[in-house]
Amino acid sequence: MNIHEYQAKALFAKYQIPVPKGGVAFSAEEAVAVAKTLDSAICVVKAQIHAGGRGKAGGVKLAKTRNEVRPLANEILGKVLVTPQTGPEGKETKKLLIEEGADIQNELYLSLVADRASGSVVIIASTEGGMEIEEVAEATPEKIIRCLVDPVFGFQAYQGRSVAFQMGLPKEVIGQFVKLLGNLYRLFTEKNAMQIEINPLIITGDNRLIALDAKVGFDDSALFKHPDINELRDLDEEDPLETRAAQHGLNYVKLDGKIGCMVNGAGLAMSTMDVIKLAGSEPANFLDVGGGASKETVRQAFQILLDDPNVKGVFVNIFGGIVRCERIAGGIIEAAKEVSLNVPLVVRLEGTNAIEAKALLAASDIELIVADTLWDGAQKVVAAVS
Amino acid sequence: MSILVDKNTRVLVQGITGKEGSYHAEACKAYGTQVVAGVTPGKGGTDFEGIPVFNTVKDAVQETRADVALIFVPPPFAADAIMESADAEVPLIICITEGIPLMDMMRVKRFLAGKPVRLIGPNCPGIITPGECKIGIMPGFIHKKGHVGVVSRSGTLTYEAVLQLTQLGLGQSTCIGIGGDPVNGTNFIDVLEMFEKDGETEAIVMIGEIGGDAEEAAAEYISKNVSKPVVAFIAGMTAPPGRRMGHAGAIISGGKGTAADKMAALESAGVTVVKNPALIGETIQKRLKK
Repeated sequence: MNIHEYQAKALFAKYQIPVPKGGVAFSAEEAVAVAKTLDSAICVVKAQIHAGGRGKAGGVKLAKTRNEVRPLANEILGKVLVTPQTGPEGKETKKLLIEEGADIQNELYLSLVADRASGSVVIIASTEGGMEIEEVAEATPEKIIRCLVDPVFGFQAYQGRSVAFQMGLPKEVIGQFVKLLGNLYRLFTEKNAMQIEINPLIITGDNRLIALDAKVGFDDSALFKHPDINELRDLDEEDPLETRAAQHGLNYVKLDGKIGCMVNGAGLAMSTMDVIKLAGSEPANFLDVGGGASKETVRQAFQILLDDPNVKGVFVNIFGGIVRCERIAGGIIEAAKEVSLNVPLVVRLEGTNAIEAKALLAASDIELIVADTLWDGAQKVVAAVS
Repeated sequence: MSILVDKNTRVLVQGITGKEGSYHAEACKAYGTQVVAGVTPGKGGTDFEGIPVFNTVKDAVQETRADVALIFVPPPFAADAIMESADAEVPLIICITEGIPLMDMMRVKRFLAGKPVRLIGPNCPGIITPGECKIGIMPGFIHKKGHVGVVSRSGTLTYEAVLQLTQLGLGQSTCIGIGGDPVNGTNFIDVLEMFEKDGETEAIVMIGEIGGDAEEAAAEYISKNVSKPVVAFIAGMTAPPGRRMGHAGAIISGGKGTAADKMAALESAGVTVVKNPALIGETIQKRLKK
């Protein structure tokens, strides 16, 4: 789960990680009110959407005087920002962060992420702040500094000093840097983060470190431990169909193609998308109905697939292991009656009791195309929609 | 021969009285697996369908000489269950549970380091040596005893591959699901090494997916250490970057972990990579005939 920059900065402040003075605004009036509380006349108006790349998309503007805050807020609020992370349809800006301008002497990069291979948190730092870290890694890999933190012993000050010296930080900020890293690590582990990124982390003219940006993502599997973090979820940032699917225990990711798929198991669901592509079309979604798919989950899944206006055909691909196929078949028959199915439906059931399931489907009055294998199903559904 | 488990394996089930645990303990037993003990704290001294239940793993091991622990404990308590079995030095621990917090798994991994135990999973279907024992949630009947080793990050996709093999008359030596989480106990390389050494295994099916670099690491290992034919499939060719595809570990982040990169790495290591998962069985058949 991701949160907004203003929420991340509020968390930073709780963990004594220095951030610029500022506040969130949902209207131009609130933006002006926040600006009045700031110490500097120069302030920054920043669109609050979850995607990165806001600056280039026109979502971050500098107000040289307080008078400029209102027009800038009006300009950005309601604006649809299209960034490499939003997709072509973009994201509408519904809130702003109004912050004091900072005296930037130097821009650094700092992040903490879970390192899969070692099973520990890795600190990634670079002197090349303000740039995409992937680009830095590509062009000048020697400028990326990595440091693994032992999950049992935690962050040690010497590790912070080592990173600071490798970055060549001025001696006035080294103490602050080590303290900041320690606090970040504490936030990461106490709140079960997956990723914390500060880009840029700046050194000001008077040698202070400030987190000018803040991006924090949390481990969905650990949200049960943190009701306070769960409250930061912004449903405006999520696809409404995905939100609905999650409420019914379905794992659904909306995509842009026209073949809706319903599958059990994540790996098979991904593969089903892949074979649809190989058969000449594009998948409309990823959908894993899980191991315990019941009639009700099948019905909900159908409804979600059909509420996507792009869907021109549906492919149900179930490999019954634990799930018995004839139950799924029963679910499909009932669900297809309840939801008005107006697109071609291809069903492939394999595994436990698949033969009985196929007989059930054949005997029903539901219009559907039965497929024998994964590839057969993909070809049939692609042929049916074209 | 097979790897890790066979007809002599003695299994204890942690969480045997829960919904999942009880269902699958019975299914494993029905397949012919020796399920010798169950562990549910507070229910020690009782039995479940004739299987004695203990309060602690240590008690269960002492009484029954169980050498594999199969875990169905819910996510908030699963890390603790793994550590309990590791502390009791159960040589093989298989954790089916999906949704264990990543930070918990990091601590578990550190806890296991240096102990004489191996963890498979979490978030995996388990392990099966067809005709001998099934320790997990996979449908036993699609398997057939034979000479193809299968290792995978996925569940149902593995069943898909296994069924193709079985329908072509190609049996399996052992099938292992290593799980879909970002931090796990056993990786591709561990299993590839065992399959390479196993006299019964003649060819290997490796099923990966987007996210992380376990497939790339495996490719490098294969190029240097594996002489047996390997056929691989990578799921998620059409998955968009930055989105988690069901499994906690299936995510392309920062442009890393794409299916294309993994396929290229495996191909350059001499692995036959199939783009269409429906062709896994046929491709193994062709590689075996060469």
